[in-house]
Amino acid sequence: MVDAKIVNLTIEGRSVSVPEGTTILEAAKTAGILIPHYCYHPGLPIAGVCRMCLVEVEKAPKLAPSCATTVAEGQVVHVHSEKSLDARKGVLEMLLINHPLDCPICDQSGECELQDYTYQEGREDSRYREPKRFNPAEDFGGDVIYVPNRCILCTRCVRFMEDVAHDPALNVSERGDRALIGKFEGKDLTHPWAANVVDLCPVGALLSKDFLNKARAWELDRTASICPNCTQGCNVTMETRENQVVRMRPRPNENVNAFFMCDWGRLNYRWMNEKNRAEHPMVRAKNGLVAASWEDAISATARALNGKKVFVVASPMLSNESLFLLTQIMQGGGGAFRVTEGEEAPLPGVEDLALRRERAANVYGAEKLGFKKTRDLLGGLGQGDVLVIAGEDLAGIDASAVSRAGDVIVISSVLPEAAGKASVVLPIANFSEEEGTVTNLRGRVQRFTQAKQAPGETRPSWLVLGDLLGAMGKQANFFLPSEVFAKLASSNSAFTGLSYDSLGFKGLPLVDAPATAPKAPIAVGA
Amino acid sequence: MGYPHHPNPRETTVLSKHFGEADARTLDGWKKRGGYKALEKALGMQPADIVNVVKESGLRGRGGAGFPTGMKWSFMKPGDGKPHYLCCNADESEPGTFKDRELMRWTPHALVEGCAIGAYAIGAETAYVYIRGEFTEPLHWMEQAVKEAYAAGIIGKNAMGSGKRIDVHVHKGAGAYICGEETALMESLEGRRGNPRIKPPFPAVSGVFGMPTTINNVETLIAAAPILMNGAEWYKKMSLSNPKSTGTKLFSVCGNVQRPGTYEVVMGFPFKEFLYDLCGGPLHGRKFKAVIPGGASVPIQTMEEAEATLMDYEGFVAGGSMLGSGGVIVIDDAQPMVTVIARLARFFAHESCGQCTQCREGTAWTTKILERIRDGEGTVEDLDTLLDIGEQMTGKTICVLSDSCAVPVISGIKKFRGEFEALIQGRRFHPVTAAVA
Amino acid sequence: MTPDLVGDLESPDYASHDRAAHGPYTPVFTGDVKRELDELLTHYPTKMAALLPALWIVQRVHGWVSEEGMAEVAGLLELTPAYVKGVVTFYTMYHQHPVGKYFIQVCTTSPCGICGAEDVVKALVRHTNTGELGLTSPDGRFTVIEVECLGACGFATPVMVNEEFIESMTPDKVPELLARLP
Repeated sequence: MVDAKIVNLTIEGRSVSVPEGTTILEAAKTAGILIPHYCYHPGLPIAGVCRMCLVEVEKAPKLAPSCATTVAEGQVVHVHSEKSLDARKGVLEMLLINHPLDCPICDQSGECELQDYTYQEGREDSRYREPKRFNPAEDFGGDVIYVPNRCILCTRCVRFMEDVAHDPALNVSERGDRALIGKFEGKDLTHPWAANVVDLCPVGALLSKDFLNKARAWELDRTASICPNCTQGCNVTMETRENQVVRMRPRPNENVNAFFMCDWGRLNYRWMNEKNRAEHPMVRAKNGLVAASWEDAISATARALNGKKVFVVASPMLSNESLFLLTQIMQGGGGAFRVTEGEEAPLPGVEDLALRRERAANVYGAEKLGFKKTRDLLGGLGQGDVLVIAGEDLAGIDASAVSRAGDVIVISSVLPEAAGKASVVLPIANFSEEEGTVTNLRGRVQRFTQAKQAPGETRPSWLVLGDLLGAMGKQANFFLPSEVFAKLASSNSAFTGLSYDSLGFKGLPLVDAPATAPKAPIAVGA
Repeated sequence: MGYPHHPNPRETTVLSKHFGEADARTLDGWKKRGGYKALEKALGMQPADIVNVVKESGLRGRGGAGFPTGMKWSFMKPGDGKPHYLCCNADESEPGTFKDRELMRWTPHALVEGCAIGAYAIGAETAYVYIRGEFTEPLHWMEQAVKEAYAAGIIGKNAMGSGKRIDVHVHKGAGAYICGEETALMESLEGRRGNPRIKPPFPAVSGVFGMPTTINNVETLIAAAPILMNGAEWYKKMSLSNPKSTGTKLFSVCGNVQRPGTYEVVMGFPFKEFLYDLCGGPLHGRKFKAVIPGGASVPIQTMEEAEATLMDYEGFVAGGSMLGSGGVIVIDDAQPMVTVIARLARFFAHESCGQCTQCREGTAWTTKILERIRDGEGTVEDLDTLLDIGEQMTGKTICVLSDSCAVPVISGIKKFRGEFEALIQGRRFHPVTAAVA
Repeated sequence: MTPDLVGDLESPDYASHDRAAHGPYTPVFTGDVKRELDELLTHYPTKMAALLPALWIVQRVHGWVSEEGMAEVAGLLELTPAYVKGVVTFYTMYHQHPVGKYFIQVCTTSPCGICGAEDVVKALVRHTNTGELGLTSPDGRFTVIEVECLGACGFATPVMVNEEFIESMTPDKVPELLARLP
């Protein structure tokens, strides 16, 4: 794009200048005009089949498919002229003649492009008087169900599997009005990225089994976040209903995940709704751990840490902010973390995008902040040190090592077994309940925000740790996570120059992160 | 000539001269009739000179669109370092059209020769002849002719000793009208569903296997040989009306006519004389009612229009229709137009590839309405709906199949509205004369 | 046919279209047939281009293109079975289930339609005892279908019996045609 010639044209009366080779549809987006479309998707090869994006180009003999027509100097394009509107009305009517109109029982309802455009500019009634075509729903395997009666044959799913997943497991079967999306008997949609077809489907033809009948689209609250389930750091929208995470969907980011996220990450959200939570601060009394006020628990912790070497076992799910604050309480001790591993599963059509082997959000950040990645979590724990267990459950760890600790402090959202030895338990929010940043495996720092309320008296981890530092007499006066991040940026050279404002919602690389090329030309407003 | 093959004296048989002569199918028989002389001559010329002769002759594509052949060939830039391909479109499936079938089953070597000349002219080493799967007999003769030509060294790695490599491969389709659309044919040849491609890029830039490709109809390629032998002037002179339409044209005639068959006449021949003299007029006791002159995709002509038409590209347009593929469907007064048109719509609905919304849904919807009217269940609103659907199906899709379905419906309703209305009003069909358009 | 008590529970009327009833799949591309495919592959710059010809070979050998056949071709041409199935279902001439020994196709598109093709269809269905278009006769000999334009409109009504192309068929000639089929 560097040396591309700039082409000037007029779209709906607005002057637009875009690089040569841009399509009219993309050029229109830059002027804030969304040309209705179905088959076009900026992350897929152009098909030009839905014919919804037809626009009137002055001096052209026919309406032009704006997704497949490149701009030309001096072109005058009309998106909402009578001719274009009439063509779109025609397409909408045709798309609906065999559609079951079962919006009341369709999961897509409320986020359906067929609904939206019909509402915007479709006919009020249908002239179709014939019987409708019917095909039974089919389980495509993986997380995907196909409801052919709602399908508009845009072929986004077929193109995704073929050109992005490089696993042509879906096809268009039959032809003409008998055509439908098909797969081969016994060959399911098992590709680890297959569930993206559900997001790509503009209508209710491809549905997620996991989300089936769970919620109506308009009941959901949507929050910009990061998938915490591996080190790729795919940008996501976390969707909640009545304070439960019910769905994660990819949020476009050309530097990380293009438009996609893997099935494993997508479906691994139930832990965020965990019911068995530590909900109240606790301190050890004669008869075991008893509930205490936050003030008492924080001061008890400060007393326990005072003058001691502190060894922190942290979870790589914690934010940069919290991990940074944990490094401030070590007092000459150290920190360690471990990470669950699984098989790497790349999405071949997008460069450097994979479900990563390491299944936690902030492995890179933890290492950058001085935590040692090790299987021998307690190996660095010195005799008599204070052990701070932050977000780690210590499952499978030889508990006898814990006895080396002079004292044990647990800062966690669930109670680990080792809490039995803890003198204080500080309950914290989980990933979906607080705000912060994480650093992905390519050193990109990305913000996530709070999607749901934390239960009971639970507080965000950065706030708890900030208060603890204050109680320990260290300078800490944090009212917002952005302030913690500012402190981190000023004290760690890798973070120099970064701030919540500059990160925005697409993130920025650390100062020393290797340069990476954008994965996909992401269109404005995609 | 009708069947069996007796040329009418008013025909000008250039391409169809040897129809009915079984011997012409063999290499020896073909050579006896002057075969492969044109190829020999071509191989001694510069490709650009061949292109110029063809350009000069005024030869236009015989598949339907009528694009000047020489100009099409000149789009193939020599020396671009890419392999070039020639595709011969032998997927003749346009209802009413069967001229290429006759050409291939009687003169298969003529097509091998035409392919070789075309391939050489556009700098291609490979020509594919894409024959529709139902054409078992033409396929058989073509395969045999190719085999013979290879064995005689006429084609192959050293075609006729010229040092040029020219391969000709016969490729069998598998039942899809749409593969006669040039980009769908290329998709099919590549082993895909026959979905037409978005243009641009045009085939001359990126055709089959992504390489520069020229695609020509059977009749077009076969015409190249006599043009090379007799010169552009000779060909150009064969024109009875508009000088933009030159040479002879094969018309295949079918339907309610005395002598159906394939006839070869000079461009500009009067259609009335063609129908009544060459084809023998209507069946006993019947009258012609309508003609679809260029295969099922062109507008229906009333007899008034048809009888005033001169048979060339411009003449048919002036007569309210198009030359198309030269497949003349003659309909007499015993045929209910609604049934004829409904059956045509069903054809297009069956053959739509289903990519584009208007075509996938529109062809099927149109068919359902028409069949309902045919069965006496129609309403007055249906006609307006049909015309409006037709409008939505015109000029809005990747290829013209959608338009092709709309054409007979729109022209049919406009020109024979009385028959539709009679059915809608509950009157059974009885032979009526067409409304004057 | 001897009545079969078990068979009576099934529909005994027509020969089976049941794919499973046709025995285990035997691979097509071995020996000479494999060599035939290898030769075909030399015609094209890509393996995929040999898909239509390869499917024709499968149909020639087995009489129809089963899912196993699609999978075999897919493996040889480095495609997925789903892709191959998409292609197979696009083209009408590949049989996706077993058909009668004589597969009879009658053109009924308008040009033939106005020359009496419907009557030819009726005569064929009656004389072959197939009962209905698309079904196979009880003796497994015949399947009759209507097809779109066979490209021989001047010789209405054209009929294809397997690979054989017969012109100018009329209802009267149907018994004679069927009688000469071995």
